[in-house]
This record gives sequence, C-alpha cells and structure tokens, in this order.
Amino acid sequence: MKQIQHNRRTVMRTVAGLAMSALIPLGVAQAADPIKVGMMLPATGTYAKLGSAIDNAFKLYVEEQGGTLAGRSIEYHAVDDESDPAKATENANRLVVRDGVDVLVGTVHSGVALAMARVAKQRDTLFLVPNAGADDLTRAQCSPNLFRTSFTNWQPAYAMGKAATGMGHKTAVTLTWKYAAGLEAVNGFKQAFEEGGGKVVKELTTPFPGVEFQSFLTEIAALKPDAVYVFFAGGGAAKFAKDYAAAGLKDSVPLYSSGFLTDGTLGAMGGAGEGLITALHYADGLDNAKDKAFRAAYQAKYGMPPDVYAVQGYDAAQLLHAGLKAVGGDMSKKAEMRAAMRSATIESPRGNFTLSSSHNPVQDIYLRKASGEENPSTGIAAKALADPGTGCKM
Amino acid sequence: MDFTTFLIQLLNAVQYGLLLFLVASGLTLVFGIMGIINLAHGSFYMLGAYMAFVLTSMTGNLLLTILIGIPLALAFGAALEALLFTHLYKRNHLDQVLLTYGLILIFEELRSLTVGDDVHGVPVPEMFSMSIPLSDTLSYPVYRLVISAVCLLLALGLYLLIQRTRLGMMIRAGSHDRDMVQALGININGLYRTVFAIGVALAALAGMLAAPISSVYPGMGGGVLIISFVIVVIGGIGSVWGALVAALVIGFADTFGKVFMPDMAGLTVYLVMALVLLWRPEGIFRKG
Repeated sequence: MKQIQHNRRTVMRTVAGLAMSALIPLGVAQAADPIKVGMMLPATGTYAKLGSAIDNAFKLYVEEQGGTLAGRSIEYHAVDDESDPAKATENANRLVVRDGVDVLVGTVHSGVALAMARVAKQRDTLFLVPNAGADDLTRAQCSPNLFRTSFTNWQPAYAMGKAATGMGHKTAVTLTWKYAAGLEAVNGFKQAFEEGGGKVVKELTTPFPGVEFQSFLTEIAALKPDAVYVFFAGGGAAKFAKDYAAAGLKDSVPLYSSGFLTDGTLGAMGGAGEGLITALHYADGLDNAKDKAFRAAYQAKYGMPPDVYAVQGYDAAQLLHAGLKAVGGDMSKKAEMRAAMRSATIESPRGNFTLSSSHNPVQDIYLRKASGEENPSTGIAAKALADPGTGCKM
Repeated sequence: MDFTTFLIQLLNAVQYGLLLFLVASGLTLVFGIMGIINLAHGSFYMLGAYMAFVLTSMTGNLLLTILIGIPLALAFGAALEALLFTHLYKRNHLDQVLLTYGLILIFEELRSLTVGDDVHGVPVPEMFSMSIPLSDTLSYPVYRLVISAVCLLLALGLYLLIQRTRLGMMIRAGSHDRDMVQALGININGLYRTVFAIGVALAALAGMLAAPISSVYPGMGGGVLIISFVIVVIGGIGSVWGALVAALVIGFADTFGKVFMPDMAGLTVYLVMALVLLWRPEGIFRKG
C-alpha cells in the first residue's frame, strides 16, 4: 500500500514539474537558480577582523540591491582560509571544485590569494580579490578571470614617495619587514622618490615579524636622512611608531608610510601616532555622498564604523554586479561579462575608480594625517594612479 | 659607524639582552630547574601583557597594575599546577609538549573571545615617560633603562633565592631527586606548586613590564617562546647566571647582527646558539 502511495506521489510530482517547466521560459528558470559565491576569507587568526569587514560589506551591498544581482539571488559558500598558504590550494578547491561556485572571492593574505589565483585560473572561475596587495596578482600572474578591487603594494608606496619629494625631501632611509609586501612597498617608494630627484641612502630590513627596532633607530639617527619610509602593520606598526617617538626621532626626521601603519593601530600608539602622514586609497571623512551613505548603512547594520577592508569588499560586490548587469545575469557569457567589468566605473566610497588593463583599480591615493584615532585626508598624493602592471600578458 | 653610534648600539645590545633575560626568567625556573618543557611560557607572557592592558585601563597606573597582577598570576599558576601540571612530573617530555601546546591554543582562543584581535597600547608610566638625549638626533627612553635595572635586581633576587635560601636548597634538591626529597619529609607537591607559580608570575611580570614598549597584540607570545628556550639552553639548563649571560650574548648577537650583516639578521641568534652548543654542549654554565 505504502509503495503504491509513494508511486502515485512521484507521478504527481513529475507531472506537476513538467507542467511548470512547460509554462516557464528557459531564461527565467535559470534566474531562479542562485549564483554561488565562494567567500574564502580569514575567520580566525590575526586577520579575522579584516575578513569579517570584507564579508559584512559584500553582503551589505547585495542586501541593498534587494538580495539579488541582475535578477539572480546569491548563495554564499564560506571557507575559513586561516591565512595559511599551506592550506590555500585545498581550501580553494573545496569551493571551486566541490561546491562549483560561480565566483570566488578572497582574500586578505597575499600568499593565500596567489594560490587561489592558480586554482581559479585552471577552472577559469571568476576570481575577485578584495584585499591581498601582492603586485604579482595583477602583474606576472594576471589573468582574464582575475579582478582586484583593492590595491597593489606598489600603489600607496609610490604615491607616498611622490608626495615626499613634493615636500622637498632629498634623502630617505627605508625600513620594512623582509617579506614580499614590505619589499614591494619599498620598491614603489624608492621608484617615485628617485624619479622626483631624491635618493634612498639606505634600505634596512628586519626579519618578519620581529619587533626589536632599537639598533635601526640608532642607525637612522646616525644617517640623519630628510625622511624615513617604513612598511609595518598591526602590532609591529604600533610598536615601531612608539619606539620612533620615544627615540626622539619623530620631531627631527619625518616618518612616512603606506596607510597600513596607522589603520586600526592609532589607539595602541597612544600619542605617538599623532600627526603621522601616510598614503592610502581610502581615508576618514572623505567629502563624497557615496562614502557618507556607505558609512551610515554599515554602522547601522553592524554597529561599528567600516574601514578600508570593508570598502574593498563592498566594491567587489559592486564590480560583480556591473558584470552581471551587462549579461542580464547569464554568467555563461564569460567574455562579455568580463569585458563589462573591465570597462566599468565603480562608484566606490573611496571615490570613483576604473580598472587598468591588468584588472587593478586606477584610483586616487590620498595623503592622510593621523588625528586622534582617525586618518583624515589632507589631499591627494597621486591622482588616478595605475599600477604599471609590468609583465602582465593576457 | 662612528664611536658614539657604536656606544649607543652597545647600550642597545645590553638593554635588549636584559629585557630577554626578564622574558626568559620564568622559563629558567619551570624548564631549567623543574624540568618541565613548558611551551605555554609565551602564553603566560601574553597573559601578563593583556593583564597590563586591561588593568591599566581600569586603574590608570602601571605600578598598581603590577601589584595586583602578580598575586593574580601566582594564584593562576598555582591553580594550573594543581589541575594539570602535577600529573606530568613522572610522564615523559612528549606528554608535556602536548599539554602545553594545547594550552597555547586554548589561551589564544580565550584571548580572542574576551579581549578581541585588536592591537592595544599601554601608556608608559608618567614618571618614566621622558627621554635622555644621547646625540643631537637620538634620545633614549628612560623607561627602557628602568626595565634594565629591574632585570638586574631580578637576576640577583633569583640567584639568592635559588642558591642562598632554604627554599632554594629544597628546590635544587627536588630537581635532583624528587623521591628522596619527599622521603626526607619535605612537602614536594607544595614546593613544586610554589616554584611553578613563581615561574608563571615571572613570565606575567615580564609581559606587564614590556607592555608599554612592545604594545599588546595577538600572537605576541610566539616570538618570546622560542628566544626564551634559546636563552635557557645556551645558558646551561638550571643556571640563573647562565641565563643572564646567555641573554646578554643574544642581545649582542641580535643588535650587531642587524648592524653588520642585515641580510642575515634572522640567522645570527641561531648561529651563535649553534656555536655555543658546539663549544659547550651542556650550555655555558651547566653544573655537574
């Protein structure tokens, strides 16, 4: 009896299904399918906060559009990448191969992002990078399926070097942790500083993530350069700024950096961070309506102010939307969708930006001066700055 | 490098060396004398630094924070010993590694849950917040000199405690032959609990004292742990003076390594360690 009932139900369901599919045209049937978005971000560890800012803002944008992009709903698949490059390939494969996501989004750590890029390229899956600044992602490793909404390490550093020569500095010493991000940033600074007629007299490095700086401060004091450029972030940034001020150097040798030195660390620096000048593609208190609306919406939804990472996550969703709109939500039209993304103008909270031929933002880099716990803009260090994209062949 | 700069680098080296001794002093007791491989040493250091951050933001005074923090750390150490470490003395080193590694993970997560993943700062106490000018561009923060003085006092205090007091005699005897000491009517469990608690308190004190100059951030215990083991091992396990000398040697190696061979700066400390151990496999001050 049970068997018969079961069969009858199955038949009914099949008939109903056939009737439905006959009624509904193909395009709409596809629109009922959600777009699978694979969010591969750090949910634990040092970068957890950055990961959640990106995730929050991406979802905020999708909700602002009523939960759909170009008529298609969004289904999220999430993996904690733990900022561990050793697990990156496996984690990316879980999203791209097992879950079959249509779009891969991630991440903060450059080493992890480089591994994700390889996986995404093999499967030709659309890959959006909302932070990782490794120059190579949009240089030698660039790819038609890879789009970045953040920056290259080179960009803020180059702008800072340009601004430093503009302030009349002739000699500089650089100091960074000896790892890819720091060395790329120092290259950018040095290039702009020497193009502007300055000279980098010494490039100092210390093993990552060492925080004993006294011997370097002594060396800087002995060299007496016009300016010092450093690349540090997080705990090391707070410690360096405090040591620099305690050594009495802050008043005699101006300290410059990419914005990561003073983002989220000014509280920990105490007064030592006050007045530090940094360059970044975002700043506090920008005079644009988009930014004000974004900050209000983010604050209302998550109960805290957004940061540069949130902006980059928000823009990743905007860029995806721009591509989807151009193909009416049909992601199988890969070439058209990518062409649309490539030529899109993104109305970002940081100000409008477009993408370079290597798929990295062409954007204004702001000069910021730390005040209290904020980094308000004091002007533009480099207007519509594009990464050179050296070595990118698509 | 001119002579003044050289002298300042010398000062940097001594100061960093003394700071390293402070950081490693707790491990000298727990690993050096009690013989427990304590990978959670860095976590106790981190605990001290976060305690400094939380308590200073409430009391506004680092000295008061230390006065409150040390009894808290002692109690915490004694509780940990009673609950966990007391079961380990007769087990092999691998079990100790497993337990203390687990503790690192637990403490990191607890820290993340309670205080969060932000970077924090602790203000340098008002009365030590000035700097002494050394050259026309460089000055030296007084607080660093104060820390150096505290380290020297601590080294002397530890030496006297271990070598010259009755408690120290019992500790030394206990590390040599636990069963015999117990047979002589000494409460070995209470003794070990005391020593372990002091070890934890020293690590926490180091964290509290270093917090104003190092800032307070996730994972800060990791770097401290490795350098502490390096110091205890090359100093000669169980020797307070050995640890002090080793800390100074490492301070010199690190500071001048960064100056003279910056490309190998990450290597110099371990190079020195390898050389010392080749010369004296038991460490500089190992006693029979």
